[in-house]
Amino acid sequence: MTAFMTPPTTPPMPEPALLTNPRTQRRNPLLLVGGTIVALIVATALVSFFWTPFPTILTDTDHLASPPGAGGHLLGTDLYGRDILSWLMVGAQTTLYVGIVAVGIAAVIGTPLGILAGMVRPAWSEFLMRVTDIWLAFPALLMALIFATVFGASITSAMTAIGIASVPSFVRVVRSGTIVVMNADYVLAARVAGRRGPAIAMRHVLPNIAGLVIVQCSVSYAVAILAEAALSYLGLAGGPTTPSWGLMLFQGQAVISGHPLLVIWPGVAIGLAVLGFNLFGDGLRDRYDPRLSGR
Amino acid sequence: MWWQIVRRLLIFLISALVASIVVFVLLTLVGDPARTILGTEATPQGIAEMRHQMGLDRPVITQYLSWANGMLHGDFGTSFVTQLPIGPQIGERLLVTLWLVAGGMVVALVVALPLGTLAALWHRRVAGWILSGLSQLGIAVPAFLAGILLIAAFAVELGWLPSGGYVVPAADPIGFLKHMMLPWASLGLVQGAVLARYVRSAVLDEMEQDYLRTARAKGMTVWRAVIRHGMRNASIPVLTVLGVQMITVLVGAVVVEQVFVIPGIGSFLVDSVARQDRLAVQGIVVTIVVISLAVSFLVDTAYALIDPRLRRR
Repeated sequence: MTAFMTPPTTPPMPEPALLTNPRTQRRNPLLLVGGTIVALIVATALVSFFWTPFPTILTDTDHLASPPGAGGHLLGTDLYGRDILSWLMVGAQTTLYVGIVAVGIAAVIGTPLGILAGMVRPAWSEFLMRVTDIWLAFPALLMALIFATVFGASITSAMTAIGIASVPSFVRVVRSGTIVVMNADYVLAARVAGRRGPAIAMRHVLPNIAGLVIVQCSVSYAVAILAEAALSYLGLAGGPTTPSWGLMLFQGQAVISGHPLLVIWPGVAIGLAVLGFNLFGDGLRDRYDPRLSGR
Repeated sequence: MWWQIVRRLLIFLISALVASIVVFVLLTLVGDPARTILGTEATPQGIAEMRHQMGLDRPVITQYLSWANGMLHGDFGTSFVTQLPIGPQIGERLLVTLWLVAGGMVVALVVALPLGTLAALWHRRVAGWILSGLSQLGIAVPAFLAGILLIAAFAVELGWLPSGGYVVPAADPIGFLKHMMLPWASLGLVQGAVLARYVRSAVLDEMEQDYLRTARAKGMTVWRAVIRHGMRNASIPVLTVLGVQMITVLVGAVVVEQVFVIPGIGSFLVDSVARQDRLAVQGIVVTIVVISLAVSFLVDTAYALIDPRLRRR
């Protein structure tokens, strides 16, 4: 009759790691390095609104494609005599702007969809996953090329396309986080207390997956920067006079044999920005989801 | 097992159908393709004529079905901008792109497998940190940027390899290899860096498993145990990523082809976008998307074949 004595066993629920209080954890170097790079780029973009060493439209005909330092141009000038440092600074604006809009679109559409996918019945959840699978077959660049054909090549169509293409990765991340939260005891308690789906989503799910969403924002930001650089390199984002790092690469490649620095500067800028957001995202992930740290 | 494969095949077919409808709706129904070709100064009469010529005055369903049916028979239609049939161009250029992607994937694997495994085996040592740092740097460099930098170094400074262009492999195998070396490297090094992280984390996962401890208890060295037993298990998560990676490489090739002036499907796509050639863009995008979906299907199936535990699910 031991069967009567043993209480009904439930499988041990993994402690939702998303709920760990970030403040109790030690500082992590990834977050520090990534955060510093990101802060640097944001600061550069902000400063460029008020001040650049030279106006970006100024063509210094006395210093065409000059080396760093010549004529007061700290990083030199490009083929048309435009100041490279000023272009890099204003290019940071373009990069950040495209990233903010694209990630904003992705988060605003993807987060609710992901929560929905995590809360509805398995069959519907499965259906939503199949939809995101198809959606994933349209990566940012491909989506942007379609948008450029239909709506014309512009920054607006580029960032909208990048944003829409980034939705499915949000859906997936948010869905898996939601499933973890939905298995927690307090959600069960809320249900017993008579709380309905939307209220649970707002009161319990959203606050607990906020960390995941922030991490995904940082990761998607890096993707958006890459896509924007590729598009402006292809001449499909802004006009030829809108400063952007991708455009600088394109213009620099034409004269690469004589002036390799013209591709190296914007190249370093793009690499640094992507590195920054990637490290920042990794650092945040370590913070919010310690199970994955060191991976 | 067979039911699993059939189920996945069905999902693939339905996904391809849905994707083609999405592409069709975006590129044929949004805006006015006839006006795109004729420009803003076209008369209403001219536009109506053009719409009729392009078949846009037919019911939407008929338009889609005739386009989709044509594609199934390899007929992607004739461009209204260049007046050339689209299908043969896609076929010809797809072959070039597949060479590019295949080589890039090989380079990626050659880079990632040793790099990732070593980073895992040495994960508590400085060498492991350095390897991880290297792959982190690689991830930050987009393939087309790597391409430009490689051109600067190996084509311009050292003059070892051509800076761009394409040679048909059958005509001149050596020239083909020379021309593909830098494009392969630029796609492969970057993807290799991304892949290396997955390899590292997969191998690390396996190193914590009981069976590996058993193998070590029986006297195997860590290295031997990881290579003999760990690799096969670690290959499962890596294989899944590999499928996604191939899709990334395929799309990354679009820009890399532009950097190296390679006449692949990507440069065809970019040229068609610049020409506002909607029908061509439609055909190329569907081709790329269906290939991506097919790769996912094959990877999923291979996944089940490699891992017997998944067969019964």
